[in-house]
Amino acid sequence: MIEASALKPNTEPDTREDAQPATKLSCRNLWKIFGDEREVHDLVRKSGGVPDPAAIDRAGLSAGVRDASIDVREGEIFVIMGLSGSGKSTIIRCLSMLLQPTAGELFFEDRDLLACSRKELIELRRHKMGMVFQHFALLPHLSVLRNVAFPLEVQGVDRARSEEKAREMIALVGLESREEDFPDALSGGQQQRVGIARSLATEPELWFLDEPFSALDPLIRREMQDEFLRLQRVLHKSIVFITHDFDEAIRIADRIAIMNHGEIVQIGTPEDLVVRPADAYVEEFTRAVSRSKVLSARTLMESHDAAADHAGEIGASERVSEFAARVVEETRPFAVVDKHRRPIGQISREAVISVLAEG
Amino acid sequence: MSITATDSTSRHPAIRSTTLFWGAALAGLVVLFVVASQFPVLDDPRREFLLPFARWISDGMDFLVDDLSFGLFTFEDLTRAIAFVLSLPLLALTSLLASGWTLPFSEIEVAPLPWFAVVAAMVFMGWRIGGGKLAALMFASFAYLAIFDQWQSAMITLSSVLVAVPIGIVFGLGLGILAYKHSGSERVISPLLDLMQTVPVFAYLLPVLVLFGFGQVSAMIATIIYAMPPMVRVTIVALRSVPGDLLEFGDMAGCTARQMLWRIELPAARDSLMVGVNQVVMLSLNMVIIASMIGAGGLGRDVLTSLKRLAIGDALEAGVAITLLAIAIDRLSQAFANRARMKRPKRSQDRTRVPLSTPAGFVAILLIGALITALAPSLAIYPRALVLDTGPFWDELIRLINVHLYDTLDAIKAFLLIWVMIPLKRLLVEAPWMAVAAGVALIGWRLSGLRLAATLFAMAAFIAFTGNWEKAMISVYLCGTSVVIACLIGIPIGVWSAASARARGVISVVIDTLQTLPSFVYLIPVVMLFQVGDFSAMIAIVLYALAPAVRYTDHGLRQVPGETIEAATMAGCTPAQILWRVKLPLATPHIMLGVNQTIMMALSMLVITALVGTSDLGQEVYIALTRANVGMGIVAGLCVAFLAMTADRLIGAWAAERRRRLHLA
Ligand SMILES: Nc1ncnc2c1ncn2[C@@H]1O[C@H](COP(=O)(O)OP(=O)(O)OP(=O)(O)O)[C@@H](O)[C@H]1O
Ligand SMILES: [Mg+2]
Repeated sequence: MIEASALKPNTEPDTREDAQPATKLSCRNLWKIFGDEREVHDLVRKSGGVPDPAAIDRAGLSAGVRDASIDVREGEIFVIMGLSGSGKSTIIRCLSMLLQPTAGELFFEDRDLLACSRKELIELRRHKMGMVFQHFALLPHLSVLRNVAFPLEVQGVDRARSEEKAREMIALVGLESREEDFPDALSGGQQQRVGIARSLATEPELWFLDEPFSALDPLIRREMQDEFLRLQRVLHKSIVFITHDFDEAIRIADRIAIMNHGEIVQIGTPEDLVVRPADAYVEEFTRAVSRSKVLSARTLMESHDAAADHAGEIGASERVSEFAARVVEETRPFAVVDKHRRPIGQISREAVISVLAEG
Repeated sequence: MSITATDSTSRHPAIRSTTLFWGAALAGLVVLFVVASQFPVLDDPRREFLLPFARWISDGMDFLVDDLSFGLFTFEDLTRAIAFVLSLPLLALTSLLASGWTLPFSEIEVAPLPWFAVVAAMVFMGWRIGGGKLAALMFASFAYLAIFDQWQSAMITLSSVLVAVPIGIVFGLGLGILAYKHSGSERVISPLLDLMQTVPVFAYLLPVLVLFGFGQVSAMIATIIYAMPPMVRVTIVALRSVPGDLLEFGDMAGCTARQMLWRIELPAARDSLMVGVNQVVMLSLNMVIIASMIGAGGLGRDVLTSLKRLAIGDALEAGVAITLLAIAIDRLSQAFANRARMKRPKRSQDRTRVPLSTPAGFVAILLIGALITALAPSLAIYPRALVLDTGPFWDELIRLINVHLYDTLDAIKAFLLIWVMIPLKRLLVEAPWMAVAAGVALIGWRLSGLRLAATLFAMAAFIAFTGNWEKAMISVYLCGTSVVIACLIGIPIGVWSAASARARGVISVVIDTLQTLPSFVYLIPVVMLFQVGDFSAMIAIVLYALAPAVRYTDHGLRQVPGETIEAATMAGCTPAQILWRVKLPLATPHIMLGVNQTIMMALSMLVITALVGTSDLGQEVYIALTRANVGMGIVAGLCVAFLAMTADRLIGAWAAERRRRLHLA
C-alpha cells in the first residue's frame, strides 16, 4: 500500500483550510487471516505478532485483510471500495468486531476495541454503532414497526417508548403507511429503508453500511443514494460505507479507500483518486469516470487576479459538473472562494471547456 | 485427441481388473461357503460359542432396578417419581375427556366432557384456524368416533397423545438447542439419534416396561422416546440454517446470547421447527398401537385385541379411528403453522369481525356442553341406538372374497412363495455366516475402505455370536423381497409422478395418506385376504415401505436442472432417451436414498409383522416383550439395528461414490 506520508500532500488542501475533525474509528496494521484458529494463532506468534505474507501462503491460509490502516473522521462518509472478493466485507466486519481481527490495533474514539470484554462490546453496539446489511437481514416474523423497534427492545426500553422512536425513524425513511406490514410484503428498496431505519433507531454515532444498495436495481439504487445523502445532511453520522460501484462511491464519499486482495491500495478524496491514482489498479477503476464529476474548483483554479472583472463566485469544493453551465455561458472568469467567502483563485471558461472535452 | 486416447487406454485395463477382482472374489466366497459349512463356528454358532450378551444386559437391568442407589434415593425411587409426575397431567386429561372425576372432599361425580361439545369445539377450532374445509374434516373425524362407538377409547388415546406431544416437543427442542450451541454435546447426541432411529421401537419398550411398569404412563414414556428424535434433528438443522446476516444483525443490535436464541434464532427458524412438531404428532399417533403392548388403553388396545382374535371388522373400525385422529391433528397443526405465517395483513380485520378469540370460544363451547350434561346427564353419551357397527359387514365381505377369489389369491401367493421367497430363504439360511460377512465386508471395502469393511464385519459377527444368525437371515430375506417389490412398484410410480402434474396430484395424496396410517393398520386388510404367514407380512411391509421409493424418485427426477434437459432436447434426444440417459442417471443418488429409506421402514415394520406369525428377529423381539426379557429383546433389537446400519452404510458409500463420479459434489 501507499505510505500514509506519500498521500499527505494530496490531501493537504483539504486539511489546511479547517481544523481537522476528531477521529471516530481508527485501525492500524489490521490483519484478518482465515483458517483454523490455532494454526493462525501459531503463525502470528511465530512471526512476532506481525503476520508475514510469505508465511501465510506457505501455511496455505488466506488473508482477507492485509495490514490495513484507516481513520474514519467524525461526520465523514468513508467509502471502502474494491472488486468482489477484495476483502471489503471482511474489513467492515473486523471494524465492527463481528470478526475478531488476527493482528493490529482498533480504536473507537479512544477505546481499544480489541481489549473490550463481550459485555462492553454489547454496550457499545447497543448505543454507539449501527449496521445496514446487503441483504437487509430483516426479521421475517416481526412487522416493520417491531423490526425497527427491535434494537431498542433488546436494550430493555419499554414498548411504548421504543415504538414511538421506531415510528419516528420509519417516518424519516418515508414508510409511514407500512408500519404493520411484514418484510415479505415489501419491495427490496422498501426493505432496505426498514434496514436503515432500524440501524438508526438507537441513534448510533458510527454507522456501518455493507453494500446497502447493491441488491437493488439501478433506478432504486440512485433514489436510495439521494435519500442516504439527505439523511446524512440531517444526522451527521460517522459512516463506513462499502460498495463495489465506483460511481456510487464518488457520488457519496468524502474519502474513498480502494482495496485489492485484502490490501488498501490508496485512500483519498474522489478527486485524488482520479487525478493522482496510486497505481494501475486504481487508474483502471477511475478511467471510466467523467472528470467533471470529481474535479473540484480548487484543483482547476488558477491564481487569483484581484484586478480581473469576475462574473460571479464558485465555492472551492464545488465540482466542475456543478458549475460548468454557469461558467461556459460567460466570457469573464469566475472567482473561487473558500468557506468564509474569501477569494483564493479564479476559473476561466477555457479551463472548464477543456475538462468537459476530456469527458 | 490425446485426451480420448489416454482415456480409452486407461479404461480397458480398469474394466478388466474390476471384472477379475469380482471373479476372484466370487470364487473365494464359494470356496468359503463350502468350507465354512463344515464348521459350526463359521456356519452358525448356535450353542457352543455364544456370547451371553442377553444375560449381561438383563443382569445390568436388574442391578439398576434392585440395587442402584444415589445415597438419598434409589434408582427405582427416581423412576417412580418421574412416572408420578407424568401421570398427573395424564390423569387430569383422561378424567376430563374419558372417565369423569369425583370432586375432591365430596362424593359428587362429574361426568367427562360430552361428545357433542367436543365435536362442536373441534369444528369451531378447525373453522377458525383453517376455514370451512378443515371444519368439515374435523366434523367427519370426530363424528366418526361417536357414530362408530370409538368415542371412549379415542378420548383415552387422545389424552395420552395430548400429553406426550408437548413433552416430546419441549425435550426435543431443548436437546436440539443444546446440540446446536455446544458442538461437544452434539457429538454425543447425534450417534444416539442414529441408533434410536434404527433400533426398532419394541426393543426399547422393554427397558421402559421394566423401569416404569406396565401401564398408561410407561406407554407414554415410550411414545415420547420414539417421537422425539426427529424434533431434535429438525431443531439442529433449522437453527443451523438461520441466515448468517440475521445473526450478525443480532450481534450489532447488542443481543445477549439468550436474546439471540429467543428473539432471533428460534423465531427465524419457526417454519422449519413446525415440520418437527408435525413429525412428533405423527409419530406419537404411529405409536398408539405399539404402546398398547405395554399398557396403553384406548384405540391401540382395541386394534391389538381385535387383531389377535382375528376380528377384522373391529380392528378395522378402530384402525380407521386412529387414522382419522392422526389426519385431523396433523391437518390442524399444519393449518396452525400456515396461519402463523399468513395471518399478517388480515389479523386486525379478524379481530374486529369476531370479538371472540379462538381459545376462548373453544373453552366456552366445552363449558356450555358440560353445563348441559350437568342438567341432562343422559345426553353425555352418544345414544346406543344410533351406533353403527360395520363388523359383520367386513366379516361377510371377507367371507365372500375368500369364497370367490380364494383360488386366484392363493395362486399368486403360492407362485411367489414357491418360486421366489422360499428358495431365497433357503439360500440365506443355509449360507454360513462367515461367507456372508466376508462378502458384505468385501463390498464395503471396495466402496469405501477398510474402516467400513471392519465395521460391517463386526456387526455381522455380533449377530452370529449372539445366536441370532438364522433369524437375521430370515429378516433379510423378508425385507429384501419386500424392498425389491416396493421399488419395482414405487420407482415407476415416482417416474410417472415426476412426468405429469396431474398424476402427481393424485399420487401425492395417496402417498400422504399411506404415511399417515399407523403401521399396524396395514396388517388388517392383508390378514383379511391372505391369512397369517410370511406372505402377508411381505405385503404389509411393501405397503408400508412404498412411500419413500415414490417420493425420492419423484424428487430426484425433478431436481435435474432444467438446462440439462433443454440441452438434451436440443441434442435431439427422445423423451425416453432423456429419461434413461439423462434424468435417471442424474437422479440415481436421490433414488438410492429413497431405497435406503424403504429398507429402514421395512426393517421397522418387521416386529409388527411378528404378529402375523413370522419367525425372524421381529418375532424374537416380540417374544422377549411378552416375557419381559430385557436382555433378549435388546440384543434382538440391536441385531435389527445392525442390519439397518449395514444397508445404510453400504448404500451411503455407494451413493457417495456415484455422486463423485457424476461430479455432483
Ligand atoms: N470465513 C471465511 N473463511 C475463509 N475465507 C474467507 C471467509 N470469508 C471470506 N473469505 C475470503 O476472503 C476474501 C474476501 O472476502 P470478502 O467477503 O471480504 O469479499 P468482498 O470484497 O466483500 O466481496 P463481495 O463484493 O463479493 O462481497 C475472499 O477471497 C473470500 O473467499
Ligand atoms: Mg461483501
